[in-house]
Amino acid sequence: MNARAARNVSWFSWIVIVIGAIYFLAPLVGTFAYSLTALRDQLSFAAYQRAFADPKFVESFVYSNLLAVATIIASVLLIVPTTYWVHLYLPKLRPVVEAISLLPFVIPAITLVFGYIRVYSRPVDVLGIDLIPPLLSTSASTNIVLVAGYTVLSMPYMYRAVDNGLRAIDVRRLTEAAQSLGAGWGTILFRVILPNLRTALLSGALLTFAIVVGELTLATFLGIPAFGPYLQQLGQHKAYEPSALTIVSFLLTWVAMVLISFVTRGDTRSAAGTH
Amino acid sequence: MAQTAVVTKSGAAFTLPRVRTIFITWLGVIPFFAFAFLFLLLPSSSLFIESFQDTQGNFTLANIVGLFDEPIRSGYIASIEISAFTALVGGIFGFLLAYAVTLGGLPKWVRSSYVTFSGVASNFAGVPLAFAFVAVLGRTGAITALFKNVGINLYDIGFNLYDFWGLSLVYLFFQFPLMLLIMIPSLEGLKPEWREAAANLGATQFEYWRRVAFPILLPSLLGTMILLFGNAFGAYATAFALTGGRLNLVTIQIGAQIRGDVLHNPNLGFAMALGMVFIMFVCIIGYTLLQRQTERWLR
Repeated sequence: MNARAARNVSWFSWIVIVIGAIYFLAPLVGTFAYSLTALRDQLSFAAYQRAFADPKFVESFVYSNLLAVATIIASVLLIVPTTYWVHLYLPKLRPVVEAISLLPFVIPAITLVFGYIRVYSRPVDVLGIDLIPPLLSTSASTNIVLVAGYTVLSMPYMYRAVDNGLRAIDVRRLTEAAQSLGAGWGTILFRVILPNLRTALLSGALLTFAIVVGELTLATFLGIPAFGPYLQQLGQHKAYEPSALTIVSFLLTWVAMVLISFVTRGDTRSAAGTH
Repeated sequence: MAQTAVVTKSGAAFTLPRVRTIFITWLGVIPFFAFAFLFLLLPSSSLFIESFQDTQGNFTLANIVGLFDEPIRSGYIASIEISAFTALVGGIFGFLLAYAVTLGGLPKWVRSSYVTFSGVASNFAGVPLAFAFVAVLGRTGAITALFKNVGINLYDIGFNLYDFWGLSLVYLFFQFPLMLLIMIPSLEGLKPEWREAAANLGATQFEYWRRVAFPILLPSLLGTMILLFGNAFGAYATAFALTGGRLNLVTIQIGAQIRGDVLHNPNLGFAMALGMVFIMFVCIIGYTLLQRQTERWLR
């Protein structure tokens, strides 16, 4: 490519980039500016102070963070041993596990929660025997359904992260070496495999965190007082506090993604999210 | 006598551990399949079965046929329109962005900041996203006010954040970044040798793109646009937070159906959910097939 063509290309690119930047930054800058105008005739962080002072905010935000932690633990405990096992003993099963882990892309959250309400509002019976009690009848067991649902939503990301991580190490040799040194399964999983998957798990966990904190659909329809429903409610009757919390949510997502790009050293696909 | 005993003994010694190994091998994946069954397959198959039943539990196709009646029909059409529109616009401009940051000859920091930002934006959806746009382009939003100061009332000249075009504008906030993130590896997979070979044969920049690069990228472009379609089609939270359920999308209709049987027929509601899953399924199949086409050329 000669110098003049290169200059043309780069002019065109600059225009595209600037249009994109305006589109992306305007809502954020505008929301931030708006959130500072809660007091008449002066800029202040009053909206933030008021938002944080609301006990319901603290409650729902802490709650959502706990849900995120529970989801990450459940997801790791479910995905890591399974993926490891499949890599080692059942490689033929890999396409099946992969297909299942991608199913959440096919089943939107709204239909998933519809199915949960349909199935778990009453006991699940097999041949007339109640195998599972109606999980949605108490708030404690509703939380189980919610965390399970979030685990489902996180599965595509978590599976992909762990699968890539396991492909990068020689699972069989590591396992055999550990076994020959007398390690049991617990030791192998927790002291050999997990440490080798640190990067993969960290990016999977951060992405899960970004999905769960602020999630609306599942939490609303299962009636859980999480941060997403709280924020949506707040938007109905307040003006400045929702903008303040919007900026906070954005910053949290941003921190999570910067950490991901830091641990994965910029693999672009690892951060792509879908809804 | 002694002989048979040996045979049984050795036979048992050979088969028993093998059966046990197979059993243990499968035992390792049971938790995953049990979980997938309980929280993925059972709920969706229950929707599937009930879609083909009437309220008495008899088999019927009436619910599927009912999807083509109002108001469900227009809900599907609205959802498909908004998904197709944002997939097309998001796909084209997202591709241009990906092109600009990879092959556009820009400084490195542009690429890295766009990639990081896209990771954030593609995950920044739902309630906060809707609120950000309301704060800027809502009736009292910052930009709306800015225009008012120079004498232009956006809402008088036909702009409305809470209608089809407004929601599209909001959806694009997560469509562009998703396109960008998926297209960057494809664009980087274009080998410089191809461009050099084309140039040696006398091709101009435009001819290289039209005859070489674009045909190679086309499956990936289309595939990713299908993914964007599905991405918008399944979205509920953003639309609900922005319009409070006034816009007639399938997801919003399903939400209303869950809150209280607005269709006065629960099974029709299940069929509506099934229809969504069907469309998403077709999307994923299309995406997978096209992505496979891409991989033949790129790396």
